[in-house]
Amino acid sequence: MIQHLIVLPVVLPLIAGILMLYQRHGLVRYKRIVSVVATLGLLLVAIGLVNQAASGEITYYALGDWQPPFGIVLMLDRLSALMVLVTALLAVGAVIFACGGDDEKGSNFHGLFQWQLMGINGAFLTGDLFNLFVFFEVLLLASYALLLHGGGKARIQSSVHYVVLNLAGSSLFLIGVGILYGATGTLNMADMASRMSELPAEREGLVVAGAMILLVVFGLKAAILPLYFWLPRAYAAAPAPVAALFAVMTKVGIYAILRVYSLIFGDQAGNLEAIEQSWVWWLSLATLAAAGVGVMAARDFRLLIAYLVLISVGTLLAGVGMRSPEATSALLYYLAHTTLVTGGLFLLAEMIGLQRGKPGTRLVKGRPMVQGAALALAFFFGAIAIAGLPPLSGAFGKALMLNAAEGSQRLWLWPLLLLASLASLIALSRAGSTLFWRSHRGNISGSPLPRYQWVGMLWLLSSSLLMVVFAGPVSDYTQATAEQLANPGLVIDTLLPDAGDTQ
Amino acid sequence: MELLYAITTGVLTASGLYLTLRGRTFPVVVGLTLLSYAVNLFLFSMGGLTTDGAALVNEGDNFADPLPQALVLTAIVIGFAMTAFVVILAMRARSEVGNDHVDGKKDDRE
Repeated sequence: MIQHLIVLPVVLPLIAGILMLYQRHGLVRYKRIVSVVATLGLLLVAIGLVNQAASGEITYYALGDWQPPFGIVLMLDRLSALMVLVTALLAVGAVIFACGGDDEKGSNFHGLFQWQLMGINGAFLTGDLFNLFVFFEVLLLASYALLLHGGGKARIQSSVHYVVLNLAGSSLFLIGVGILYGATGTLNMADMASRMSELPAEREGLVVAGAMILLVVFGLKAAILPLYFWLPRAYAAAPAPVAALFAVMTKVGIYAILRVYSLIFGDQAGNLEAIEQSWVWWLSLATLAAAGVGVMAARDFRLLIAYLVLISVGTLLAGVGMRSPEATSALLYYLAHTTLVTGGLFLLAEMIGLQRGKPGTRLVKGRPMVQGAALALAFFFGAIAIAGLPPLSGAFGKALMLNAAEGSQRLWLWPLLLLASLASLIALSRAGSTLFWRSHRGNISGSPLPRYQWVGMLWLLSSSLLMVVFAGPVSDYTQATAEQLANPGLVIDTLLPDAGDTQ
Repeated sequence: MELLYAITTGVLTASGLYLTLRGRTFPVVVGLTLLSYAVNLFLFSMGGLTTDGAALVNEGDNFADPLPQALVLTAIVIGFAMTAFVVILAMRARSEVGNDHVDGKKDDRE
């Protein structure tokens, strides 16, 4: 059983999703129970995986017992285990929130939600470049349908952009994978990495072209500067639990960049080592600057949070661009924090919108809210966490990032990151005072919100507090993860014990 | 044959790209379809083009690389499903927004 643990994050949501196909409408209670139980099960599996990976051993699961490099493998190291755990934590909050009524605004919410989880987990666990594409498609297909959940003009319009862009991105992904396969003759990432060291000189150009095309694709998913324009509208239009789950979608792109370029283009790749670095570094800084402007200009609370997601993307990619174990460790801590807190903020925005009634989440005067005090408290907590003020986890994450920058990197990162934080602080305090203080005198609006919504939202926001309490163990873990990533030889030796002997 | 193959792929990609950048949803969908055809052809050729080769390994010296064929099959299936989805989405957008412009604008002539 224990050796099958690795495949469970993919199989469990798949089965749960199929169970809920039984009927499109009705059976609300049954679907909610199955969905919550499956998501909690996923959380348990993820904890088990982190436990297994924490020893530092890299394990893999050969599907159908076809051994690498020929078979398809799922690979578990500290990074994948951490990402699966973050996804599971986020999913529990989002699915509980959805039980408060959002799931019944369209058909098949829970089934699609589980399949999206399957795609995300698969992308985090796979050790095969083509399977990365397949799992990207699984998570995208589910996300297209989820983005449309509930319908409405704004959703359909932002969906058209999102779907067309991602379809074009998928074509580029296939071209990149095809070029890399043609140049190296393998699709297994570990095998490809080991072949980089003996790459014939005339094929270097092909590999560079393939790697750069892949960077465009991952950049599109991660929403890096010239490719992020789809994100704010799509995230602001998505239904709240879906927007919360989407908080981890940009991180799938960041994970893919981290995985592919640290493994395949690691120190064994000779001339091609770190070919992505300068691109990622400068574009991430530009993303930070643009997102800082965007967050100040946003006139809707949900749009504001979408720009906060972009700020976190810029920060995380700057960590990738620094390409040192310290920076990787810092970015992983920050990644867990920002994913969970922005997810919680999307849920909070929906709750505020529901209570305000007609003005929704637009930053204009409204009537006082019936549960205004409790919502304001949650908002205050979330805003402190995401803007990076002490004592919550955002401050730790940002301090780690700032500390990881070296030499001339400091000159660029420090002012930009601090200014972006200042911009989000100003924007959030303006939003908060408009939403909660500048209200008309008049009747109190809204009715009390379902208990599920409070539980889901508080689950995600309280993670920030837990990440401060357990900052020591978490940062030890991310430190060890970064060291493991900096040494791609470990993965190659595990997956291909006799590499070099056969040829 | 290589030249013909390369030109076909290139022309398909160029037409697909041009149509994808148009302003109405129908040309965009057709463009995406052409683009996915081009990608399928491209993937197919990545293992190297073989003529008169066996489809299976161990059937003589001259055999085709089987992996790109499997990849193309996967890519075709996924591309087909995506095209079906985007067609439905475009129709929904047409009926909800009231016109077929990708940005939902009414009065421009592309």
